[in-house]
Amino acid sequence: MKNSPLLSKSFLVLPLLALGFFIGGCSNSQSNQPGSRSGGALSSNVAEQVYVAPGEYDEFYAFFSGGFSGQVTVHGLPSGRLFKIIPVFSVGAEKGYGFNEETKPMLMTSHGFIPWDDSHHPELSQTNGETDGRWLFINGNNTPRIARIDLSEFETVEIIEIPNSGGNHSSPFTTMNTEYVVAGTRFGVPYPQQDVAISEYADKFKATLSFIKVDPETGRMNIAFQVLLPAYDFDLAHAGKGASHGWMFFSSYNTEEKHTLLEVEASQNDKDYIAAINWKKAEEYLAQGKFHEVPARYAHNYYDTEKQLATSTIMESVKVLIPEECPGLVYFLPTPKSPHGVDVDPTGEYIVGNGKLSANLTVHSFSKMLKAIENKAFEKEVDGVPVLKYEEVVAGIVKDAGLGPLHTEFDDKGNAYTSFFISSEVVKWKVSTQEVLDRAPTYYSIGHLMIPGGDSHKPQGKYLVAMNKITKDRYLPTGPELCHSAQLYDISGDKMKLLLDFPTMGEPHYAQGISADRIIPRQKKFYKLEENKHPHFTAGEKEARVERNGNEVHVYMTSIRSHFAPDNIEGIKVGDKVYFHVTNLEQDWDVPHGFAVLGAQNAELLIMPGQTETLLWEPKAEGVYPFYCTDFCSALHQEMQGYVRVSARNANVPLKWSLGSYEEQ
Amino acid sequence: MMKHTTSMAKLLLFAAGLFLLGSCQQAQQDSSTTPTEETATSIETKGQSAVQDPDSKPNILQIAINSKDHSTLVAAVQAAGLEDVLVNAGPLTVFAPNNAAFDKLPEGTLEELTKPENKEKLAGIIKFHASPGKYTENMLKDGMRLFQASGHYVKVERKDDGIYVNGSKLLGSVPASNGIVYVIEDVWLPPEE
Repeated sequence: MKNSPLLSKSFLVLPLLALGFFIGGCSNSQSNQPGSRSGGALSSNVAEQVYVAPGEYDEFYAFFSGGFSGQVTVHGLPSGRLFKIIPVFSVGAEKGYGFNEETKPMLMTSHGFIPWDDSHHPELSQTNGETDGRWLFINGNNTPRIARIDLSEFETVEIIEIPNSGGNHSSPFTTMNTEYVVAGTRFGVPYPQQDVAISEYADKFKATLSFIKVDPETGRMNIAFQVLLPAYDFDLAHAGKGASHGWMFFSSYNTEEKHTLLEVEASQNDKDYIAAINWKKAEEYLAQGKFHEVPARYAHNYYDTEKQLATSTIMESVKVLIPEECPGLVYFLPTPKSPHGVDVDPTGEYIVGNGKLSANLTVHSFSKMLKAIENKAFEKEVDGVPVLKYEEVVAGIVKDAGLGPLHTEFDDKGNAYTSFFISSEVVKWKVSTQEVLDRAPTYYSIGHLMIPGGDSHKPQGKYLVAMNKITKDRYLPTGPELCHSAQLYDISGDKMKLLLDFPTMGEPHYAQGISADRIIPRQKKFYKLEENKHPHFTAGEKEARVERNGNEVHVYMTSIRSHFAPDNIEGIKVGDKVYFHVTNLEQDWDVPHGFAVLGAQNAELLIMPGQTETLLWEPKAEGVYPFYCTDFCSALHQEMQGYVRVSARNANVPLKWSLGSYEEQ
Repeated sequence: MMKHTTSMAKLLLFAAGLFLLGSCQQAQQDSSTTPTEETATSIETKGQSAVQDPDSKPNILQIAINSKDHSTLVAAVQAAGLEDVLVNAGPLTVFAPNNAAFDKLPEGTLEELTKPENKEKLAGIIKFHASPGKYTENMLKDGMRLFQASGHYVKVERKDDGIYVNGSKLLGSVPASNGIVYVIEDVWLPPEE
């Protein structure tokens, strides 16, 4: 189907072949080479492996970040089918997220209402180091925040802002029992935030690593403490597990502490640092009161599922730990060259530094690290943080693995899989020996990769998903802006096998995967009317009414197949603020009703069964305006409509409302 | 995959995939890629009545199934292949003849109607008992006509002793998630064309 001349295709891969990378072109391909355009991808039962017949379920859920869309997408694996876009940090017109009165507070920050962010790393909650299907956390990069999505509803239920941070990139990675999710700042920021010359970066700027405590029952987040460090750029993080449970590892670059042309200036040092934080030690210091309660303004937003209403609270302070005052809290592990991902293998013994400017991967040993600490094998100390001697902590290197290593995930058989951006490939290697076992090309320029449970204590293996930044000629062209892609590999055998290529939304920086059986049993089908505690809930059509309070008008409306009650409203005036509080009276799976009114300057409502949602409407001119249900709910959906009459400011049209020409039941 | 797929369908997809993507003339194929001679069939899927959902408010079919007075109606609905219609989003108003109503039919009528060759006729009779839309009692006004799913109209009468539709007294009502059910004690036969 594609009009891609084979010649140019071969030409494209020539430089890579010259570099010694094995990519099957057409003329010289082997029949089993995955990903070649020769039909080789179909030279086995590939289609069968990803085919999920109509009506059947995928084996895994995959949660992709939407990058600059600010959202999360939910796909199935192996099919790649898209099931849902969950609005998180950006308003979502589809269901009025951030537009309706209930969810507006979710997007409040110390800077006011912010309708957008850049979502990066989804992270599933864990129990005993295993994904448990309860919550999905994700970071907002630009205005530093962490969100929590409840996986019984697939809705965002909490967002907490991170103070003393700028560019919340190394976030929100979790510990083995979701004791904490973390948030390391990518950009150094003045500490405290102030008006200061940028040239004073090294003196006045700092970096913080935040530990957000997660309530084991409710999932509610609170910033437990921040660790104050030099203004390095903290990039990614991963928790210790098994023997290293109790530690969290953060990668950094720009240990040069430069503030301009980082492309050059931040690549000078041979090694940057992985910061190892002993968070159990931090808990001891907190208990001893060795923290500083520092003023900090940040928003904490929480959606109450019973009230179906979000509230935003501005917090005033945060606890800060200073390494000089807390010996044993932080150590630096020197790691070549501007490491991006820091990934801990399932046993917890190996800590992989993906030095993105290096050809080699550095693999540190946790047990060697402990020994080095015990022997005080320190190279130097920076701001009270001992720098461990590289030779004393390194377990080995993966030599000449590829170009531009970014991230590593693990299977359940002792293998690691590393993405290489520049050489566009995934390299499989054995963790214990650092020996390269296999390599597979990606199309093109892979960033993150994901194996279900692949960053946990117990990976589920089977599949690997590569997330590619560049797609160029991979799909039907869509003008200058092209989708990013995900590529699915079968990793159950010795060799990785490319199965499928599917488009993604925004920029999926990372994804998480989990077997469907861990999520399906938690699913909510609808909200029970008897549990609805919304302050503007309307229990039935008999209670449907309109109330005026000054220029505020509250419409208590219900919807059920196939009408609104009331559906005729008169007595509204120009200048009124009309709140439509619409309760969906259905108690039936998958029967939402929508609500839209002409001239509304926000969005629609999409109300799930049993839910109440509120749309603010401020009519600007006299007239009669229709409203209607936006979701094709029933055979008489097109009949599900009504009118609001708007009169002049000084009119004396009485307030009245009705449904049909018969008495109400 | 969590369930078994239809092998025929897989073969079809596989064959189609080979045709569409196998653009390279020199591509080698091993023997396992050769499509077999089998022809593909469509994928079998069940209708909406097969959805497992014990949590939602019962739909019209579930109400009928749960009523011991409507076992004959349920059997007739099944024989007519109308289960999926009665669980659809609707909304529908169904006038549901109870078992006593079916007992009033001349002997042998039901047996005759439930024969496979009379499936369409039986379906027509059942559709004559259903109106698109949810008519609660207060909406049923004297003299109004209801348009039935069979294409015919029936008349509503309000009498001293209750509401009558098509001459049958409404004996009771049960609200359903996808409409409303009225119990009647007659089986209605659509007027002859």
